Amino acid sequence: MMTKRIIPCLDVKEGRVVKGIQFVELRDAGDPVELARVYDQQGADELVFLDISASVEGRKTMVDVVQAVASELAIPFTVGGGINALDDMKRILRAGADKVSLNTAAVNNPDLINEGAAFFGSQCIVIAIDAKYDSEIGTWRVYTHGGRTPTERTVIDWAKEAVERGAGEILLTSMDEDGSKKGFDIALTKAVGDAVSVPVIASGGAGNAQHFLDVFKEAKADAALAASIFHYKETGVGEVKQFLRNAEVNVR
Amino acid sequence: MIGIIDYGMGNLFSVSKALDRIGIPYIISESPEELTKTKGLILPGVGAFKDAMARLREKELDRFINTYVDSGRPLLGICLGMQLLFEESEENGRFEGLGLLKGRVVRIPERDADGERLKVPHMGWNKLQFHQEASVLDEVGEGFVYFVHSYYVNQMDEESLLASASYGVQVPAVVGRNNVFGMQFHPEKSSETGMKLLANFAKAMEQSEELL
Repeated sequence: MMTKRIIPCLDVKEGRVVKGIQFVELRDAGDPVELARVYDQQGADELVFLDISASVEGRKTMVDVVQAVASELAIPFTVGGGINALDDMKRILRAGADKVSLNTAAVNNPDLINEGAAFFGSQCIVIAIDAKYDSEIGTWRVYTHGGRTPTERTVIDWAKEAVERGAGEILLTSMDEDGSKKGFDIALTKAVGDAVSVPVIASGGAGNAQHFLDVFKEAKADAALAASIFHYKETGVGEVKQFLRNAEVNVR
Repeated sequence: MIGIIDYGMGNLFSVSKALDRIGIPYIISESPEELTKTKGLILPGVGAFKDAMARLREKELDRFINTYVDSGRPLLGICLGMQLLFEESEENGRFEGLGLLKGRVVRIPERDADGERLKVPHMGWNKLQFHQEASVLDEVGEGFVYFVHSYYVNQMDEESLLASASYGVQVPAVVGRNNVFGMQFHPEKSSETGMKLLANFAKAMEQSEELL
């Protein structure tokens, strides 16, 4: 039986983890390698690194981070942020990442998905979608540029197109729930999961272990991602997994 | 010394880093002259079956692998590398593999026996079930390992099936016959279970070294 995956997400800027990480036992809470190790020990099934560097130098530093993490970890990890071309993917994957996550660049240039999938295989290509409900059109709209720019695309159609083009996985973030800690967006996750044949990672809104159970049971998500509740130690990966185990959800 | 075959179809970095971690020396090469000096071979691989076989043939690595296996030294195919060990694949057509093991590579069905939809690729952590005793499984336990694949091996010999995982169908996960081994999942990404499996392969290599 497949297990449901729990995926912590780290924001990395100029090679350092940013956005409030509260792991008091760490020597250095900004070191992505050290944090990756902590999450690995807690039983994380996978990690996502989001490069939010503003500069070219920062992006180059990310390659070093990827190498360092790859040397330390024996679980898969995905890198997203600032990947705009096949060469960017090559650089990150050769440094040791297992998958790359494309967001804005894929919306602007969907052929990038085909190129990446043809070159590295679909299993390497994660399409990240930032989704916000639009009551006027009665469905979710795709946003780019870190959720700042609305597009003409609807989430369901874009997810289907991305998979047809070769995406191996969808990382689906609900902008409506992100940061709310009220739970994942069940309706959105279910709608996308029903529409595509590849695994869907639910993201945005995790506040406690029950929320993971809800999104796995009700929306049939394959994996769920969270950042702040793990960073602030509101709950741990291990605790979430124990809760799921008690509720008879398969976890590693 | 393990030789990792570099034929442009794999994430060699994660395999090599895993060997670093468990302290096994290796070389990465596409040259038969270099690779023939090793005591064990790893054939990694992600991507399409057809392209992979074409590249192996182009570099004459297909013949080299056959000769290497005949010499009694162990070979481990990982993910696509395992699929290449079999007779043929129906990925985007029908293509001949290395033919070291009996069986065909076919697509994971869209639905299981109960009509439930199966997501393809089979991606994530799944549990191993052992079918028989084998040195490569020593002290491993039926743990979880990380899979990412859309095709699986079908119609293989029962006696070569060492471990499987269940995903609607029985997915051969660890296969082995004499000195030819394959792992459908990524041991290099499968935490302690994966490291132990790689270490066991390295042990098989040491044993064959004594035979040579």
